[in-house]
Amino acid sequence: MKRSPQVSLATAAAGVFAVGLATAGPADAKVEGDKIILGSAISFTGKYSTNGIHASNGYNLAVDMINKAGGVKVGGKSYKLEVEYYDDESTPARGAQLAERLIKQDSVKFMLGPYSSGLTKAVAPVTEKYKIPMVEAEGASRSLFTQGYRYLFAVLSTSEQYLASSIDLAAEIAKKNGRKPSDVKLAMAFENDPFSLDVRAGVVDDAKKYGMQIVIDDKLPRDLSDMSATLTKVKAVKPDILVVSGHSKGAATAARQIKEMRIDVPMIAMTHCESAKVIKNFGAATNGFLCPTQWAETLSYSDDLFGSAADYDKLFKATFDGYKNVPYQAAQASAAVMVWKDAFERAQSFDTEKLRQALAETNMSTFYGNIKFSEAGNNIAKPMVLRQIQDGKLNVVAPSKWASHPVEFPRKVPGS
Amino acid sequence: MSNLSLLAQAPVLNIQLLLDGLFIGAIFVLAAYGLALVWGVMNVKNLAQGDFVIMGGYIAYVLSIDLPVWIGIPEGFLWLPISEITFFQFIKPAIHPIFGLPVAIVLMFGFGWWIYRVIVSRVVDRDMFTSLLATFGLAIVLQQLLNLLFGPEVRVAESGFDTRFLFEGLVTVADIKLISFILTVILAGIVVVFMKYSRMGQAIRATAQDRRAARVMGIDTDRVYAFTFALNAAICGAAGVLISMIWVIQPYFGLAHSIRAFVIVTAAGLGNLPGVIAAGLGLGATEQFGGFVFGAEYQQALVVGMLILVLVIRQLQQRRHRQAVI
Repeated sequence: MKRSPQVSLATAAAGVFAVGLATAGPADAKVEGDKIILGSAISFTGKYSTNGIHASNGYNLAVDMINKAGGVKVGGKSYKLEVEYYDDESTPARGAQLAERLIKQDSVKFMLGPYSSGLTKAVAPVTEKYKIPMVEAEGASRSLFTQGYRYLFAVLSTSEQYLASSIDLAAEIAKKNGRKPSDVKLAMAFENDPFSLDVRAGVVDDAKKYGMQIVIDDKLPRDLSDMSATLTKVKAVKPDILVVSGHSKGAATAARQIKEMRIDVPMIAMTHCESAKVIKNFGAATNGFLCPTQWAETLSYSDDLFGSAADYDKLFKATFDGYKNVPYQAAQASAAVMVWKDAFERAQSFDTEKLRQALAETNMSTFYGNIKFSEAGNNIAKPMVLRQIQDGKLNVVAPSKWASHPVEFPRKVPGS
Repeated sequence: MSNLSLLAQAPVLNIQLLLDGLFIGAIFVLAAYGLALVWGVMNVKNLAQGDFVIMGGYIAYVLSIDLPVWIGIPEGFLWLPISEITFFQFIKPAIHPIFGLPVAIVLMFGFGWWIYRVIVSRVVDRDMFTSLLATFGLAIVLQQLLNLLFGPEVRVAESGFDTRFLFEGLVTVADIKLISFILTVILAGIVVVFMKYSRMGQAIRATAQDRRAARVMGIDTDRVYAFTFALNAAICGAAGVLISMIWVIQPYFGLAHSIRAFVIVTAAGLGNLPGVIAAGLGLGATEQFGGFVFGAEYQQALVVGMLILVLVIRQLQQRRHRQAVI
């Protein structure tokens, strides 16, 4: 292909212009007048849009509440918060590109995370490169916290904790019934994807700790919508606990086939009970399922801004239309904004290094739970909560400190 | 291999796996037979086969839920100039998804006919690559449309049927699986009888044998093609309705069903209905046994492995008959 000299001249000029833009970026644009600008690329469209919107609603609610309560006080001056959003279209490449744009072009210095572990994995190297602190609320993958990132802070529990508490619970119950935890037989079915394998790693670690016997360890392919072979094995080896994780398709498939095949394992734990709507779809057959959650409105956490978890639940429903239940994705997003406010006020500065230090020293209680970051940046102060389906309702049963109901064991299966 | 010894210790488990495999395999046969039909008659390899199946599933799902429907009636309907439109909302009541079967057959037949007219008729005379590309594109468009309409969450159409117990509860048979097996057999029977005795069926078979001769005999082959493609979509739709009540559906799950249909047809060969039935049922059973013995992660790998085995054996058999081709 031949290019005319005019065209190449124009390209060169555009290049020079672009370089000019990049270098001429204002040094301190993330604080404009009395506004602190937080930046986030999040999924408004694409396959994560539902949860992306939940998360942005969570950010917005916290920003409004903080601004109404007088804003963020730094150096004797009161600042309002504002979030600058871009739509990452649920694709990691776009997420990374937009993070770069937020930092370089829009000069944002304080980042909020995107939705999902995959997007967070794409964005974190960018924020790390420019040494911009990011508080994220929606990336739970354990692999995010093994890279040695210094500027990444996550308010949620990491994925290997999702079902590990069900293993503790099984051991606890075995002891109570006069059995050794090492006699407990464990059956596992996990999807072959990064998230579910993280969950599995946590379960395996805990099972090893108690010396439990792993009798089934199946990995479900991504597009498999049938678990009957695995469940036939379950029927044959009669485990004491069955643990399943495979996003909402895994939960829906498992719940449907557990019902059809009348699998009567005394304890069944699975992720994504809520997003798969197992109670609505499969009714009483789901009784006794243990479902982990990051947060529930029935927990007794509270703070000065939102009040209790139940208050947050009420406020959220009143603010946004169309929510019957407040998703935990929204709650943790709100918590991330609260962490930023807390860090600004403790650092009394907009310097990113001082802020990073302040974030690392975070130790606060919120309606979402306690927040304290490990060296790696994940929150170690908030446990994963386990809820059990009891008569069609999700009741918190573990950890015992926050439990509102005793755990039903063995689970009551209708018609058996 | 401890799983193998499990099967030996409790032989009754074999029955469970076999039944589950046959029940689901019968549905695979439906989709595969549709593929063989289109492939054999039109020489179009429909890569959107699985997506037709998933569409059928969504039809059953939509029927099975309470769905708010908006209807707009212009002010002064019929006799006055249209100035304003009043909207009425009514709730489409939930209907049992099994009634999705006739609905899906009719809707998907119409959809298939339309797709033939709009897309497939333009590529049917071209080389294989063009029709592969066209149907591949169609598959992507259908997936995205379903995603826009229904979202990426998995859906189920719940039959609410009971479960039967055999061998003191060791073997469970969900009624829905049994019913859908019977329905599949009836549907397949209707299609076979139709192909054998009806005028259109005979025309389809004649076109498959020799298109030019069929045209000389006065058969409107374009119409035959449209009918064949529509019939395939209807069969897939029916299979999808049954799938949605037994497994789960999601906009992107079509591919797995497409692959299964291709595996079955490739293994059985075109125009070999008993072969398609045997391969489909065999595939269903292999998936179950494979999943049991080797773990769910090998369930589909085993199927593809079987296909390679069949192809190798076939190749070896044919070597003896092969003429030198230069």
